[in-house]
Amino acid sequence: MKQFGYVRAGSVAEAVRIAGEEPDARFLGGGTNLVDLMKLGVATPRLLVDVSRLPLDRIEELPDGGLRIGATVRNSVLAADPAVRDRYPVLSQALLSGASGQLRNTATTGGNLLQRTRCAYFQDAAKPCNKRAPGTGCPAREGAHRDLAVLGHSEHCVATQPSDMAVALAALDATVHLHGPDGERSVPATDFHRLPGDRPEQDTEIRRGELITAVELPPARPGGNSRYRKARDRASFAFALVSVAAVLDVHEGAVRHAALAYGGLAHRPWRARAAEAVLHGASATEDTFARAADAELAAARPLRENGFKVALARNLTVGVLAGLAGSAARA
Amino acid sequence: METSNPPAGSGDVPRSAVTGARSEVILRVNGTTYTLAVDHRSTLLDVLRERLDLIGAKKGCDHGQCGACTVLVDGWRANSCLLLAVAQDGRHVTTVEGLSDGQRLHPLQEAFVERDALQCGYCTPGQICSALGVLREAADGHPSHVTPYDADPGGTVDLTADEIRERMSGNLCRCGAYPRIVEAVADAGDRIRDGRPGDTGAGS
Ligand SMILES: Cc1cc2nc3c(=O)[nH]c(=O)nc-3n(C[C@H](O)[C@H](O)[C@H](O)COP(=O)(O)OP(=O)(O)OC[C@H]3O[C@@H](n4cnc5c(N)ncnc54)[C@H](O)[C@@H]3O)c2cc1C
Ligand code: SF4
Ligand code: FES
Ligand code: FES
Repeated sequence: MKQFGYVRAGSVAEAVRIAGEEPDARFLGGGTNLVDLMKLGVATPRLLVDVSRLPLDRIEELPDGGLRIGATVRNSVLAADPAVRDRYPVLSQALLSGASGQLRNTATTGGNLLQRTRCAYFQDAAKPCNKRAPGTGCPAREGAHRDLAVLGHSEHCVATQPSDMAVALAALDATVHLHGPDGERSVPATDFHRLPGDRPEQDTEIRRGELITAVELPPARPGGNSRYRKARDRASFAFALVSVAAVLDVHEGAVRHAALAYGGLAHRPWRARAAEAVLHGASATEDTFARAADAELAAARPLRENGFKVALARNLTVGVLAGLAGSAARA
Repeated sequence: METSNPPAGSGDVPRSAVTGARSEVILRVNGTTYTLAVDHRSTLLDVLRERLDLIGAKKGCDHGQCGACTVLVDGWRANSCLLLAVAQDGRHVTTVEGLSDGQRLHPLQEAFVERDALQCGYCTPGQICSALGVLREAADGHPSHVTPYDADPGGTVDLTADEIRERMSGNLCRCGAYPRIVEAVADAGDRIRDGRPGDTGAGS
């Protein structure tokens, strides 16, 4: 690992100021991704600005009935929060399906959103990779890409976004709050992660020196229920092959509201607008759910080894939505 | 030449803190307070093993994947291989060495011995520290991936075998002692709940 400076910021303003003075500065949250990448030689910051103890560790009720989640709230604390479990179960379930108990105790909301892809070439500093070293090529396209994207990829990069939490946030229409050298702004969670295009080195819309301060959830839909379902290679402690975050509100047998996002399929949480369009107003049957999934997945362009993800996503969608519709019918 | 920084705190940060490669930290480990200058690159795991001679926590993978390095930081289980020591300034760390009271093993350690929940023992300190975190998290009502959706958010979680397996999934055992580990954790949970010696917050 290369040598680096370390400073613990005492306030948001201080963190942003210090990071702004050093072009190779990185914020340190729990460090579960950044420290790992530093050991691998993939990340080589000259300065770490530790933001993990900033007073951004609260989960607060908003006047409109939403929830504000501070950037340093630990993943395990967020997953266990009674308001989250009650009103946004999809978020709690997504968090609990990710990583391990130890990692969730350390990982922060901000760091989770900005964790980098698990593409094996990206993590191997000796290999070419457009995301890590722009212009060197993308060996995954012809090489090992079983775990990588089927939607929205480009010739430059076929990586997937690894965070489970981010998928739930996309389905919940959350907002990411940022504080940078030019002041504060907010970005919808659905737009926060990018597609790779010809700039795969840029995972998200965050700008240099910007700190994530909070994530806000809009009020939960009365009558709606939500769920996260993740398919992976082992029963626990593995990244998603495909995951689905779904919010569903069924009234008298018809879908009144549906929001659907996929993980493991693309370079960003994939909000399934085409599927939602099929669902809205339709009768809440397995046939409808399958048609919705097909409408979305028609755009899939699987690679040599990951075509299975399309069928998996379809089946997961039907299973999750049928489960949600079933519990609504029983309620 | 070695440059040592004071622990970076709030307020104005001296420029040296930004450029230096080492900082002084205070670590409270198993009840003892240590003040030491650490290279910013050192992980908590390396400091425990190489500077403090606490070799219970093991380096299995060094990447958060195996759990052999698990310790408790301010009572929360964590992978010490991914924690920078400099960032733990002021924290209370509990390692497996801090669990017994000097006379008696911790109920978790007793249960691991009684159930013979190990073969080579390499993963065991991490398993035991992780299990200590599991018992506390369950007592605090923290849900897991297998907790029923409609469980009472205020209540404690009943540690079924499924719950233990899921909650311990961050700890790998190459010897495959899993069935006995699950039994040992369940035993210890019962003992602690029934108020027999030891508690879930020993050490710090
Ligand atoms: C073995 C293993 C298995 C895992 N499995 C899963 C899984 O199944 N599902 C899943 O979702 N995740 C998984 N993870 C990833 C884990 O969730 C992330 O490592 C964690 O969420 C990152 O949070 P952190 O606070 O530790 O981030 P850090 O490592 O501290 O930071 C990550 C990035 O975010 C930046 N950053 C941190 N905080 C801020 C902020 N407030 N503002 C701006 N930038 C910031 C850092 O500079 C860095 O670039 C796994 C990790 C490991 C090691
Ligand atoms: S898929 Fe993206 S991250 Fe993976 S090798 Fe190609 S460019 Fe790099
Ligand atoms: S050594 Fe830390 S998780 Fe493997
Ligand atoms: S007892 Fe040998 S690795 Fe677990």
